[in-house]
Amino acid sequence: MQSDAKIRTEYGTDSSPQSPGCSLRHFACEQNLLSRPDGSASFLQGVAEKSRERLIRNTCEAVVLGALHPRTSITIVLQVISDAGSLMACCLNATCMALVDAGVPMQALFCGVTCALDSDGTLVLDPTAKQEKEARAVLTFALDSVDQKLLMSTTKGLYSNAELQQCLAAAQAASQHVFRFYRESLQRRYSKS
Amino acid sequence: MAAGFKTVEPLEYYRRFLKENCRPDGRELGEFRTTTVNIGSVSTADGSALVKLGNTAVICGIKAEFAAPSPEAPDKGYVVPNVDLPPLCSSRFRSGPPGEEAQVASQFIADVIENSQIILKEDLCISPGKLAWVLYCDLICLDYDGNILDACTFALLAALKNVQLPEVTINEETALAEVNLKKKHYLNIRTHPVATSFAVFDDTLLIVDPTGEEEHLATGTLTVVMDEEGKLCCLHKPGGSGLTGAKLQDCLSRAVTRHKEVKKLMDEVIKSMKAK
Repeated sequence: MQSDAKIRTEYGTDSSPQSPGCSLRHFACEQNLLSRPDGSASFLQGVAEKSRERLIRNTCEAVVLGALHPRTSITIVLQVISDAGSLMACCLNATCMALVDAGVPMQALFCGVTCALDSDGTLVLDPTAKQEKEARAVLTFALDSVDQKLLMSTTKGLYSNAELQQCLAAAQAASQHVFRFYRESLQRRYSKS
Repeated sequence: MAAGFKTVEPLEYYRRFLKENCRPDGRELGEFRTTTVNIGSVSTADGSALVKLGNTAVICGIKAEFAAPSPEAPDKGYVVPNVDLPPLCSSRFRSGPPGEEAQVASQFIADVIENSQIILKEDLCISPGKLAWVLYCDLICLDYDGNILDACTFALLAALKNVQLPEVTINEETALAEVNLKKKHYLNIRTHPVATSFAVFDDTLLIVDPTGEEEHLATGTLTVVMDEEGKLCCLHKPGGSGLTGAKLQDCLSRAVTRHKEVKKLMDEVIKSMKAK
């Protein structure tokens, strides 16, 4: 069923450094890529990857209703095809979509949003790799779909409490767009088949 | 009777205490365990510190060695942290290569050092492009009873304050490094990052400084690393139940008070060391 399922949806505008509102880059989603719905976590070498794996795993564990599937192992494979910034957020979004595609029961959907703070305090959502490198601080959040609670956070760099609140608020606003994209993408997929 | 109930229904047992706003060891929800620190106990290391947070004990030993700086950063030295959770600290750890928990803790400490800029790597450079210091920070847990990240961060900070590096000059003729062990100076510690860990229970309650049992029963954890100006170096929340913005704010204000407590304790210890 791979032909029907290849649906590309584009959403969002190019990131603009001026508006602190929701300016996310184009993102696309392809579902049911793997014909066999099983996989394994990409055990890359290195301690940083282990740390990232743990973050994603713990986020999933909080959301997936594991009690409905006792004695089951749910393995998630994440293959990075290209990294143009906001990698962690992209991984989280891909994980959520894959879990929905597999039909795993969850208590809420989740999405990842990355914010970068540059040296004069301007907030950039969904930064490119260059923006991330030049930023003073990069914050990645995983938010849930029910009431935008903070599920996971990982940060790099120094920032103040006020900046954190600002980033969190911006991320919560941006997450609405991501969830709307999930919904539209799934609607399109199921309306065709 | 209570011990039986605790074994059979540990979460229910715990909830009974939380309803009265206290914990089985008698602490309040926002109270830390007794913190003790001992600096300079390991004589073979260039800097060391032993931190005890209740039962959790972590010792940090720092060794300084020479290394060639990397070509991308010829004026920077290295700080290499490593957290070791040996089988002696808890029965959950086996001997062999570092497990996931140890690796995650090592990565966390490396991130704290990097983000907080606790020491400038440029200070560790002796001769740009030729010679620099590398500080190997080994953190070994002697007793694991929860809240390992706070203890490690504090031990690292205390040990770094204790490190004394000898003066090194490069002899022009022989191009060899000459170490003057008689002249030693302390490191320039720019900030004092202090970690405060919380455990989330039943998606609503936040308790500070969880013990080993509490961590096991918790539905999520959060660690905040703050420096003295109230700037955050790290907001580490590895999944677990969600937190609202208001709860996050409560955690941050608790982290501010904890920073003051820790700083006071450290200043006292350093003062008593210098007095000798």
